[in-house]
Amino acid sequence: MADEYFTEDHEYIRVEAGVGTVGVSVHAQEQLGDVVYVEVPEVGRQATAGEAVAVVESVKAASEIFAPVAGEIVEVNTELDGSPALVNEDAEGKGWFFKLRVGDAAALEKLMNREAYTAFIAENG
Amino acid sequence: MRYLPLQEADRAVMLQAIGVDGIDDLFVDVPAGKLLDEPPALPLGKTEMEVERELGRLASQNVAAGSVPFFVGCGAYKHHIPASVDHLIQRSEFLTSYTPYQPEISQGTLQYLFEFQTQVARLMGMDLANASMYDGSTAAGEAVLMAHRITKRSKAIVSGGLHPQYRDVIETLSKHSGKVMDALHADPLGQEDLVSRIDDETSCVIVQYPDVYGRIQDLAPIAEAAHARGALLVVAVTEIVSLGLIKSPGEMGADIVVGEGQSIGNGLSFGGPYVGLFATRQKFTRQMPGRLCGETVDAEGKRGYVLTLSTREQHIRREKATSNICTNSGLCALAFTIHLSLLGQTGLKKLAEVNHGNAVVLADKLAAIAGVEVVTQAFFNEFTIRVNGDAGTIIDALTERGVLGGVAMSRLEPHDPSIRDLIIVASTEVNTDADRAVFVAALEDIVR
Repeated sequence: MADEYFTEDHEYIRVEAGVGTVGVSVHAQEQLGDVVYVEVPEVGRQATAGEAVAVVESVKAASEIFAPVAGEIVEVNTELDGSPALVNEDAEGKGWFFKLRVGDAAALEKLMNREAYTAFIAENG
Repeated sequence: MRYLPLQEADRAVMLQAIGVDGIDDLFVDVPAGKLLDEPPALPLGKTEMEVERELGRLASQNVAAGSVPFFVGCGAYKHHIPASVDHLIQRSEFLTSYTPYQPEISQGTLQYLFEFQTQVARLMGMDLANASMYDGSTAAGEAVLMAHRITKRSKAIVSGGLHPQYRDVIETLSKHSGKVMDALHADPLGQEDLVSRIDDETSCVIVQYPDVYGRIQDLAPIAEAAHARGALLVVAVTEIVSLGLIKSPGEMGADIVVGEGQSIGNGLSFGGPYVGLFATRQKFTRQMPGRLCGETVDAEGKRGYVLTLSTREQHIRREKATSNICTNSGLCALAFTIHLSLLGQTGLKKLAEVNHGNAVVLADKLAAIAGVEVVTQAFFNEFTIRVNGDAGTIIDALTERGVLGGVAMSRLEPHDPSIRDLIIVASTEVNTDADRAVFVAALEDIVR
């Protein structure tokens, strides 16, 4: 069972064997509307926590995606290039953006679990 | 009522923030004696008729392009513009329309922008073009920045055949963001070696086609060499009519092609406003600056046009936008589109042939003058001559004899002594046999 965390910027990171899969939450894709483009980072890039590493564009807006914790980008979702709608269809599944080798596992504990995130959304809209 | 939002207190806060005591401190860099210390000596009151008479007297000191045999080019060209172009662009639906954010009320504007993009992309041999830039030089600057974004590198190699003012604009846009420019020396004979300078830091090579000296060269080897090192080829076209006759930059492997569109539909107008052209490959669309108009269907399935991919732009993306360009040369783009539509493919080719033919006739006549050498071998409607003296002095002497006989290269490169004897001469469809005869006789008289 993977450990699942959420940020206040509505990214999720699901960690398995030290590698976190990052994308935006189902709630975030609802807010974005139809996603038309995702710019993913370069594999091999070292990201610091909170660094803008990807961009998601919808018909309404362009938003940056931040690295939830520090780490190295080890894989990106190339499917999004031709099918950005995957973010809308399956945000927390096939619509992932990139995988990150977690450099700072302790930092994960500062993020929210699903329960806390659900409460966060309810409170902040 | 005038809206003046700033109060003295606001100004004081802003001056304090940048660390100066007063407004006058902002002008300390202006050389002494260049600032006015009292208002200019103008009469307090004059009638309209008096003002018109005085301004007319001042204006008559100019040698107007249309009043004498005219052979000046170098980035701005005198072509015939049909009266219908001016008539059509002055229709109020076009003349006063603003950026077409609302497609439901802007179909006319959007459609002509779409047509404009299609024309530009086809001329340049590229997949797509945007809805225009300010002018050729700023488009070139934006192209270099775009190449930096795509390659994530920061060095541009600038050909010595690029118009020096384009080079300066690229430098201005690059230098404050830590970008590197490797600019080669003036290259009137086409001897420079761009390829060996390309390395793994190079984001792009930028060349002009035909170059500032008028020379046409095969760009394919440069494109191949650039691509082999992961760099892009950026091509600038200052005389767009040339593409009616010569191979397009896209066919030779260019990744970004920019141009000055003034030659089609737009007059010289003392240097502006002009219209910048910008085209690229499909895969680079997201990194392109500027407005882009797209074709779609409405709710009833009817064809319609909208601004598209706007998330690249500053009104949505703010400081992360691909460019800070916004409302720009729409009306000049319209003039371009109307003129090119009137010409059509056949007309453009014919126009280009007349231009080239006139230039060849002129080059032969000038080459026959003792003391004058034509140094450009392959050219379109512009070529470079070497004279047996200071080119600037000879241009002045020609002007006194009532001929505007080209551009002394020293005017564009004042600090380079190697080009002091070069004159760049352009000849378009407006030049007649009589114009050429006056020019040749005057130059013969001067260099003798």
